[in-house]
Amino acid sequence: MTTVPLLKVNDVSKFYGGRIGCRNVSFELWPGEVLAIVGESGSGKTTLLSCLSTRLMPTSGVVEYHMRDGQYRDLARMGEAERRFLMRTDWGFVHQNPADGLRMTVSAGANVGERLMAVGDRHYGQIRATATDWLRRVEIEVDRIDDQPRAFSGGMRQRLQIARNLVTSPRLVFMDEPTGGLDVSVQARLLDLVRGLVHDLGLSAIIVTHDLAVARLLSHRMMVMKDGAVIEQGLTDRVLDDPREPYTQLLVSSILQV
Amino acid sequence: MPTPLVVSEVAKSFTMHLRDGITLPVVAGVSFSVKKGECVVLGGPSGVGKSSILKMLYGNYAVDAGQILIEHHGQLVDLASAAPRSVLEVRRDTLGYVSQFLRVVPRVSALDVVAEPLLARGVSHAEAIEKASDLLEKLNLPRELWQLPPATFSGGEQQRVNIARGFITDHAILLLDEPTASLDAKNRRVVVEMIVAKKAEGVALLGIFHDEEVRDAVADRILDVSAFSPRKVAA
Repeated sequence: MTTVPLLKVNDVSKFYGGRIGCRNVSFELWPGEVLAIVGESGSGKTTLLSCLSTRLMPTSGVVEYHMRDGQYRDLARMGEAERRFLMRTDWGFVHQNPADGLRMTVSAGANVGERLMAVGDRHYGQIRATATDWLRRVEIEVDRIDDQPRAFSGGMRQRLQIARNLVTSPRLVFMDEPTGGLDVSVQARLLDLVRGLVHDLGLSAIIVTHDLAVARLLSHRMMVMKDGAVIEQGLTDRVLDDPREPYTQLLVSSILQV
Repeated sequence: MPTPLVVSEVAKSFTMHLRDGITLPVVAGVSFSVKKGECVVLGGPSGVGKSSILKMLYGNYAVDAGQILIEHHGQLVDLASAAPRSVLEVRRDTLGYVSQFLRVVPRVSALDVVAEPLLARGVSHAEAIEKASDLLEKLNLPRELWQLPPATFSGGEQQRVNIARGFITDHAILLLDEPTASLDAKNRRVVVEMIVAKKAEGVALLGIFHDEEVRDAVADRILDVSAFSPRKVAA
């Protein structure tokens, strides 16, 4: 069996006027691969994630996605309707702040069910059953299905956001600091959950994080960004155990030991 | 019959950019091979680069020069230059590693930690758990610990979890970084038996053992790493 990359990124740059967001980024993401993008605030990692996920249009460069029909499509040339459909079905996007990814005033069950309806499910009983199953998978008590996420804790909201994103069996999930606002015990639970789901579902994922421990736990491969450019990349173990670039060495040596 | 592991002219140094860019040479001109069913032990004093060699072979350290040739699914892969996804594939199917310390993942039970390498290769959950149980049994890890995450285990208990995880697959090459360092005599003997069994299965083993008794029991030959130490050459 020959496999091909799921996402091909070629020389992507984004400028905000004269200011650099990210520049000359190229890489390929393979099926089942988890890539972590690390770097400090302002290094361009979120800009890059936005360019890849079509939330921002790159100033130059091409991002191609391997569609389910086997064809590569240039994301910038896709129609708005098609792109929205892709984002609602074959992709997921997990925001740092769950309120950005959830609808806070509809029930938890409806938050999960909504994506199913986007792919054509109409049978209420079935949608509810699938939603129930997903709440269980992300460890939310099933009797909370009719509650609104407003009534949920931060950790629960984040888990609900993950369920909402994964219910349509996406092939690619983008995550922007998924554990950012959570305390460590809640973080550990979420990380374990994400790790298990990525493995069980064979997902590809691109995770932006400033937390190297998160990158170590979840990712196969890592890219380190500074001033908008990728300065070092490779196997996650290698980048963390044997950092080559001055900035990566600084990042790794700044981790606090417990 | 091809040799599963060939290391040729490998060199490694660290450049410490935070220390005015000084370069620390680690090893140079490392060349050796390990045959099927052979256990080669890396010897030499502390700090001479034994662990660094294992870490290069497993892909955790980058290599400045040379080749690390692994026979993987009937083809030779040069780990020194392989793409990350090839390295991961080689680790999944061909190259195993028992590190000195267990990297614990919150909330994952000892049993699941051990079973994971089999699950990654598509073995059914029931079969993987059964095999993991057998190994933990053999290594005398108390049954009441199996369902607990190893974070709170003693050093010796963690090491036994780590050994079970490394030995559960039928990888053709196994790297061992002091697997018996914190074990008592009884469990050391169990590990020696397990290594001898791997040799009988034709696995190529490369290890670091400071314990003389263990070393004498498993080693076919000892490779003196000080011969590769560039500092010695300069001195």
